[in-house]
Amino acid sequence: MVRVTLDNVSKFFGKVKAVVDLELEIRDGEFVALLGPSGCGKTTTLLMVAGIYKPTRGRILFDDEDVTDLPPKDRNIGMVFQSYALYPHMTVYDNIAFPLKLKKVPKQEIDRKVREVAKLLQIDELLGRKPAQLSGGQRQRVALGRALVKEPDVLLLDEPLSNLDAKLRILMRAEIKRLQKELGITTIYVTHDQVEAMSMADRIAVMNKGRLQQYADPQTLYNKPANLFVAGFIGSPPMNLIEGSVVEENGAYYFVTPSFKYRLPKEIGELVASKTSDVILGIRPEDIRIVIGDGDDTAINGKVYVVEPLGRDLLVNVKAGDTLFKILAPADLQLESGQDILMAPDERKIHIFDKKTGKAIV
Amino acid sequence: MVGRESLRKRRTKALLRRVAVLVVVLMVAVLPAIPIWLMYGWLVSQSFSGRVILGVLPSKLTLENWRFLWSPIAMGEKEYPNIWPITINTLFLALGVAGLVVMVSSLSGYALSRMEFKGRTGMMQFIIALHAFPSVILLIALFVILNKLGLYGKGFMTLVGIVLIKAGLEIPMATWIIKGFFDAIPWDLEWAALVDGCSRWRVWRSVIIPLVLPGIGAVSIFSFLSGWSEFLLVFTYVAQEEYYTLPVLIYHMIGEFIHIDWGMLAALGLFYAIPTIIFFSVSQKMLLRIYVGGVKG
Ligand SMILES: Nc1ncnc2c1ncn2[C@@H]1O[C@H](COP(=O)(O)OP(=O)(O)OP(=O)(O)O)[C@@H](O)[C@H]1O
Ligand SMILES: [Mg+2]
Repeated sequence: MVRVTLDNVSKFFGKVKAVVDLELEIRDGEFVALLGPSGCGKTTTLLMVAGIYKPTRGRILFDDEDVTDLPPKDRNIGMVFQSYALYPHMTVYDNIAFPLKLKKVPKQEIDRKVREVAKLLQIDELLGRKPAQLSGGQRQRVALGRALVKEPDVLLLDEPLSNLDAKLRILMRAEIKRLQKELGITTIYVTHDQVEAMSMADRIAVMNKGRLQQYADPQTLYNKPANLFVAGFIGSPPMNLIEGSVVEENGAYYFVTPSFKYRLPKEIGELVASKTSDVILGIRPEDIRIVIGDGDDTAINGKVYVVEPLGRDLLVNVKAGDTLFKILAPADLQLESGQDILMAPDERKIHIFDKKTGKAIV
Repeated sequence: MVGRESLRKRRTKALLRRVAVLVVVLMVAVLPAIPIWLMYGWLVSQSFSGRVILGVLPSKLTLENWRFLWSPIAMGEKEYPNIWPITINTLFLALGVAGLVVMVSSLSGYALSRMEFKGRTGMMQFIIALHAFPSVILLIALFVILNKLGLYGKGFMTLVGIVLIKAGLEIPMATWIIKGFFDAIPWDLEWAALVDGCSRWRVWRSVIIPLVLPGIGAVSIFSFLSGWSEFLLVFTYVAQEEYYTLPVLIYHMIGEFIHIDWGMLAALGLFYAIPTIIFFSVSQKMLLRIYVGGVKG
């Protein structure tokens, strides 16, 4: 097992900047998710760690060894591709045995290891089949088996669950996480599904347009997003983000939009006002309380727009003037469209971002 | 009720359309083939009969026409070389061409499909242009080259020279065909093999080539047949009779039109067509077995 370090790595394809100045350290045995929207450079990053692409700039280190110029076969990596990339002309057995054959492992040992891995992944029944005769989930496990059988130092997984149905995906999530912890392999897991990343990874690297946005554990990412992109990307339903400005009136600080005015806690107001006035206020749907009748004076007036029952809770769309809020409310709350209510944001859960830079201030 | 009637009408129309399509297919695809099958049938019956009534009906079953298989061929006063060495010459030419074409095109096709190098696009355009030259145009130039290489009039070595020429003429198109097969293989597969521990060369051998086998099969069959039926080059460059190939032999025999023995010529024609028939019945399955989406599906 090794520690993987990406030292200021960039990859350009002609004019396309797929990855820009990426700084990332994955600890020995850690499970890190690369999370970001389509085309943000996740696969490119993975392929650079694998040695398929050579970085345009920067270095890649395994422990303290510079592997930037090492060909893939000398890196002892296991990889599961987005498309699984099983060899169509080989049986499942031969697919899994292939990396060992290349390492010139003795036949009996190959046989033992292949069967061991197959058993672990519950594909021992399928060893005689060709990939074309397998379901998506089975293929995924074969691909995982092929990556694991050589006991790699680093495991790279490129959206391995994206082709599975919802139920199987949840099952395999737990499975992969358990396997990773059991084997203790340093793992990089690429996904554009934030739930997948949050539920599996020790730490998450959020990327956008080739740049690293934030690298932290799931809780930090959720509670303290470093910028607007992370705030909007993490969490479902997403955080309410509202444009406005911070103004001072008679010693109190207000967040003001054309639709409403909200009094900020004093410390927050002072901090923000000292930096900028144009800001974006962020608040998660579960951090706003709906009050019917009288609330305290900081509450915002709103009108119920639409109510979407989600089963466990209600997703309530509330309009304050032209601004739409999404609020998670208990399922037993009785609300009607058009009803006047008050919204009471949890002051401790307010995020404020600089509108110009997108960086978090609070 | 209006709706139902229109439904019935639509059904009749659909039926009529299907019949029309069937008729057209029959006329375009089946009818033209009938004379061809008739001719083959005639060839077979001719080759096994002693006398032919009205040029159509065979009579007197005999193997006399196939005597060239075990005795020298005599037609009129002229005696031709034994059929077997000639067949072996032809086979050598065809297999030589096929082998060379497959070897070169499976490498060059891979390079053109997978590798980035300067002048790749230019090279591909050039290849297409190359194919536009029929070998007739090159006959004289090739003669000069053969002569310079000392391969002209050297019996067997001339055949080797012809193998080189023929393969050279076939390689551009074959490369192009095989490139198409390589193009269809996703990069992921190649990368997976690299990560699994292959060198680039090993990837080609163990993963890529097995996946383009149908393409290689197609190319080898086509180049085999083109070598097998090569006439012009052998006719022009080969002087000694014992290095003739089957097409040239048959040509010379037809040339002796005074003594022409139609029965034997029919048998000879069938004998010549045997590899073609075998190859097409085998290749048909092979070509249809091309991995369609086999890489992921
Ligand atoms: N070989 C290439 N040549 C040119 N541009 C490329 C190449 N590979 C990737 N790109 C570009 O680099 C950017 C990042 O691509 P990448 O495949 O890493 O995205 P991704 O994050 O894996 O997306 P997805 O979630 O859709 O798989 C994209 O804009 C893509 O178009
Ligand atoms: Mg990708």
